[in-house]
This record gives sequence, structure tokens and C-alpha cells, in this order.
Amino acid sequence: MRTMPAELRQMKQAEAEDLFRRIGITFAVYGEGGDPDRLIPFDMFPRVFTAGEWSKLERGIKQRARALNAFLVDVYGRGEIIKAGRIPARLVYGNEAYEKAVVGFVPPKGVYSHIVGIDIVRTGAEDFFVLEDNCRTPSGVSYMLENREIMMRMFPDLFRENRIQPVDSYSERLRRTLASVAPAKCRHEPTIVLLTPGHFNSAYYEHSFLADLMGIELVEGQDLFVEGEYVWMRTTEGPKRVDVIYRRIDDAFLDPLCFNPSSMLGVPGLMDVYRSGGVSICSAPGAGVADDKAVYTFVPEMVRFYLGEEPLLQNVPTWQCAKADDCKYVLDNLGELVVKEVHGSGGYGMLVGPKSTKEQIELFRAKITEDPGNYIAQPTLALSTTPTFVAEGIAPRHVDLRPYCLVGEQIDLVPGGLTRVALKEGSLVVNSSQGGGVKDTWVLAE
Amino acid sequence: MLSRTADNLYWISRYMERADIAARLLEVGSRISLLPSAHGYRSEWDSLLQASGTAAGFAKKYGDPVQRNIESYLFFDRDNPASVASCITAARENARIVRTALTSQVWDALNTAFQELRQLERTPRSELELSLMVDWVTRHAAMVRGAIDATLLRNDGYNFLNIGYYLERGDNTARLLDVKYYVLLPSLELVGSGLDNYQWTTLLRAMGAQRAFHWAYGGDVTAAKIAHFFILNPQSPRSLITCVAGMNNHLARLSKAYGRVTGAQGRAAAMLAELETTTVEAIFDEGLHEFLSRFIGESMVLGNLMHECYLSGDVR
Repeated sequence: MRTMPAELRQMKQAEAEDLFRRIGITFAVYGEGGDPDRLIPFDMFPRVFTAGEWSKLERGIKQRARALNAFLVDVYGRGEIIKAGRIPARLVYGNEAYEKAVVGFVPPKGVYSHIVGIDIVRTGAEDFFVLEDNCRTPSGVSYMLENREIMMRMFPDLFRENRIQPVDSYSERLRRTLASVAPAKCRHEPTIVLLTPGHFNSAYYEHSFLADLMGIELVEGQDLFVEGEYVWMRTTEGPKRVDVIYRRIDDAFLDPLCFNPSSMLGVPGLMDVYRSGGVSICSAPGAGVADDKAVYTFVPEMVRFYLGEEPLLQNVPTWQCAKADDCKYVLDNLGELVVKEVHGSGGYGMLVGPKSTKEQIELFRAKITEDPGNYIAQPTLALSTTPTFVAEGIAPRHVDLRPYCLVGEQIDLVPGGLTRVALKEGSLVVNSSQGGGVKDTWVLAE
Repeated sequence: MLSRTADNLYWISRYMERADIAARLLEVGSRISLLPSAHGYRSEWDSLLQASGTAAGFAKKYGDPVQRNIESYLFFDRDNPASVASCITAARENARIVRTALTSQVWDALNTAFQELRQLERTPRSELELSLMVDWVTRHAAMVRGAIDATLLRNDGYNFLNIGYYLERGDNTARLLDVKYYVLLPSLELVGSGLDNYQWTTLLRAMGAQRAFHWAYGGDVTAAKIAHFFILNPQSPRSLITCVAGMNNHLARLSKAYGRVTGAQGRAAAMLAELETTTVEAIFDEGLHEFLSRFIGESMVLGNLMHECYLSGDVR
């Protein structure tokens, strides 16, 4: 790729963009907002992992996904980790994402988060850090699949010459994962649906793409209703029972009777059916309490507590402004730190100290002083870079990685993920709303 | 399939057919505008607005029918729900919602039409020739239709798409016929005159059927032949009987696949039975306008039954 003439590269780039637009991938990654018809820049230079690197990552990712699920079952059950004093009760029970409506309920197979998206950065040959966990509805997996399709179409020779592990089994594995958590009451082949907020949602393309690959119906709240002990969908032949709902809407919109009463997106009565075991919801309502940025600090503790293992993936050291000592340190060192809102996402509401002006830093100082509990801070990591095509040729750019770990009866991980790249020189922010792009992610076979 | 999905499919085809009709109306208009502006031909534009059911909306926005305004209104105007731009946008939006029920070829055809439409909208009007715009619409409508026929699974979704096409087409044929007969020729002495013949020829042109008509009938153009061609001739692709037979065919497939018969099948069968047994003479005896009004009413009832029996989501 390094030796590719500039004209050929430009031609290939145009070809890739045309392919993207034709197939209609023009959505923003969840929570990042933006024009739904906008194209996310695609960088043709793949990001490569060796088999050895991947096997280490894989073990770490699976370990973390297991611990997060164990934590969720625990905090909606007996709360052993809190009784043991390993995590403050306030952080869990006082958390906005803690759903009192599901306390005492254990979802099928004890799984709350069926798709765990773990955002990982690399700082050295052996050093991987977790930036954050996404236990609710991590998006972007359609990019992982489509980036690969496009690369294979454009550079078949590279795939012939290198032993690149395929990712296209993801949809089948996801379907199997969802089927494996069907409710005990379901004694037939389960009917699975994907619940979307609708076609105005920025990730709608991904929803319809996944539903299509899995061969399941793509439904909106209005297509479902509750009657008796079950959830039904409205079809041209009359009501059809639904067993598993892969939802891509937030907890608050699932059931107006249980959560947000003004929601038009949800299904009235859904939570009653769920709690009586008539339907499975993936991810389970309440899973969000595990991916909070303040709870994040304690994930290594969860690994030790539930699995009795040492964590294979490290957390980025984090200062919690809610703690007086931490807060003082953060305020004294704002110029060197990255400050994030506890509930923020998409690279908004975030301060990158070394890249910020005095005014921006002072603005954050005021914000943190006013509401310290709402902020955490992390050191600026020396993030690894990957060769990337830019206007001048090839240049190093910072990247992160989001693999998608599937948790059902078994735990499963496709060799690959979504690599996001900060296209601006020196930028550390990979979010598409902030000038980020995507790359294909290659995991080489042994 | 999901009722909402079926509803989206049904409307994709209705909108595409409607866009096609709007373009055909424009073509007729443009042809007439090339003729010396003899007295009486001007009102042609008004009749076109009547036929597309947009006369009231146009009058409210622009007042008198002026060719350029009518072109804008029928082609680009988003305030006009029956304009080419509105219909193609709505069809593509419906398709986007049900991507999973379409093949990539069908989606590609609809999406390409939409993307090109956006380019047309950005092009200065002085650079757009009406005849090219009309060709553009009929070409894309045909590409969508072709992609559906060539690539789509012959399942219930295919039936809903076709029912939408036939329902819209039959309704449009009836309206166009009605406008010509009733709006333009209120006084009976004009029937059979030179003007009358000219109007009928225009009608054939609007349906893209001028040559087909002459192949089928030969000789002079008469009101009876035209009525037969557009109402009772099963060879004519846009005749009422062709459309109603098409609906019956796809409704029958639905009832077979679902193992149940609904009110829609009964209504469509009754409409077909009447068209199969009636004659042009009987239609003229009843009054062409009366007959067509009745047909338009029955189409509407059938549309409501489709909604009730398949598309609304309240099916039991």
C-alpha cells in the first residue's frame, strides 16, 4: 500500500466512497449525532494485529465481559461486592442507570449485557488500556462488516497474500447468542426481533443491516403489543409471538408504563412480560449501571472479586473528582489531563488538557468546581498510531479499537472490531463527530 | 410479514406509479404547448391539474395556470404531495424504512432516482428541458419496476407491491379518462367534433398508448373505441380491467399463502366480474362520468379494505 501511486490511491478512495454511498452506510456512530446522510471517512490503510497480539486481547476482553455480567447479576441480586466493601454502595444504588424495576430478577442464563463493546487503546507493544466499556447497545459493528466487504472488493490480492481471519460470521454468532437466551417458557425455535427507535435514528442503517443479515424482523415499538403473558408483533397474518428482543433503544424508552411515560417508542406492558419470563430483552434493562464512567474504575476489582483472576486488560488510571483528594489533583494538573463527564459520550463535554487553550481549561475548572461528582480525569496517554492516508501521503494517526464481545450461553468474540482513527494531525479524539474516520481491522491467522 | 413493512411496500409502488403519472401529464402538456396556441387548448393545462387531483392546491399557490408554474408544481414542488419530487422522495423514504424487505437492486434503483433528483433540484431551471425531465422520470420508474420484477422474491411483499401498482394505476386511468370526458366536454355538441378527436388523441398520448391503440383498433378514433381501450380491453396495460385483474391475481396469491380470505378479495372479485360482463354501450348508457366516479369510489373502498385487512396492524 505504501508503494501505491497517488493517482491509483485517489481512484480507489473515490471507489470506496461511492460503494459506501450506494449501499447507504451514512450513519453516525450511536450518540454522536450529526447528519444521518453524512459519510464517515473511510481510511483504506488497514490496522493489523498479529495472532499473538490478538489472543492476548481476546482473553482480556472475554474476561472483562464475564466480570461485567457477574457484577450486574450481583448488584440486582444480593450485592455481595458492595457488602464486601469493594465498591461504594452510592456508586451503584445511587446511579441514574440503576434500574429499580429489575431488582431481584435474573435474566435467562444470567446475562445482562449480551454485546459488550470495549474501547481499547494501545500505548506500547504489550500495553493495552481500556478506555471505556459499553454494555448497553454498542454501535458501529456494521462498519466492521462493511469495511471488510469493501476492502475485499478493492484489494483482493492483499487477502490472497495475507492470512486475514474473516469477520463475516458475526451476524450468525449474534443470532445464536440471542437465541441462546430465549425465555424458559419458549419451547420452540425462538422468534427474534430487532427493536429500533425508527428510521430517523442516526444508526437506523445499522439496525436494518443487522436485522437483514440475521433474517429477523426489524420492528418499532408500534409493531409490538402486549397481550396475556406475551409480547406479539403485528403482521399481515395477525399477531405473532416474540421471544427475544434485541433492542437498540434506551431503557427509558422501552415501556412507558414502567419508565418514561411520554415515550412513543416503547411497548406498554413490556416490562411486566419481561419480569414474568415471557420475553427476553437484550441487553437486559439495567445493564447500563456497569458501563458508567465512575463504575469503570472498579472493573479490575470486579475481575478479582468474581473470577478470582488478575485482570489481563488494564484500566487507564482515573481520578474521580467526587473524591476531594482526586479533585484537588485534577484541578492542579488540568493542563496535562483528559477530563470527561461521567455520563458523557461521543467526545463531547470533554477537555483534552494539552490541546486546550487557557480559556477552555478555566471553563472546565469552573464546571468541575461546581459539580465535581460529574467529572473524572485521566492522564493523556501516549496513544499508538497507525499509518493512515492523508492529503500529503501516508502519516501516523492515533487509533482506538472497539471489539464486540458476544455473551449468551457461551462467550464469543469475532477476530476483529471497529478501528476508529483521529484524522486530524495530533488529535486524540477518534469520534466521527469530531473529525474521526474508520479503518478495517485485520487479525492475522497463526 | 410485519403489517408496517407491507404498508411501506404498498406505498412505494403507489408513489412510483404516481410519479410516473405526473410525468406523463407533463409530457402531454409540453406537446400541446408546441402547437399554435389555438383557442381552447390553453385549458389543457388546467385539465392536467384536475387529473392529478392537484388543481385546488395549485390555484391556492399560484392562481392562474401558467405553464412554467405548472411544470414546477407537478415536478419539483414539495408542497404538492403528488409532484414527481414528493413521490420519489416518499417512495425512497418508504424503501429506506423497509430495506430488509427489498433486494439491493430495488434499493439501488430507488436510491439512485432520489440522488439524481437532488442533483436536478440543484440545476438551474433554464438548463433543464422538460422533455428530458419527463424521460428521466419514466426511465427511473421503469428501472424500479424492472428491478422488482427481476430480483424480488415472489413472497407476500411482492404481492403488496403489485397491488399498490395496480390500484394506483387503475385509479389514475379512471381519473384521467373522467377529466377528459367531463371537464373538457361539458356540452354534448362537441362530442364527435374535431376538438373532441384531438382531446382523445391527447389522452392516448398521456397513457403512452397512441400506437398500441392504432394497432389494436385501426381506423378513426372514436369515443367508444377509446372507452373500450381504457376500460374493457385486457390487452391494454393501463386499462381498468387489466388493473383490476392484476389486483385479483395478487390478492388470490395472498389468500393462498395466508390460508384465509378477507373482504379485499371479495370486493376485487366483484369489480372484476362487472368489468368482464359489461359493454361500452352499457357504460355510455349509465353515463361515462357516472361509471368512472363509481369505479373511483370502489377503488377507494378497496384501498380501505387493504388497510383494514392487511396493513393496519390490527389484523386478528
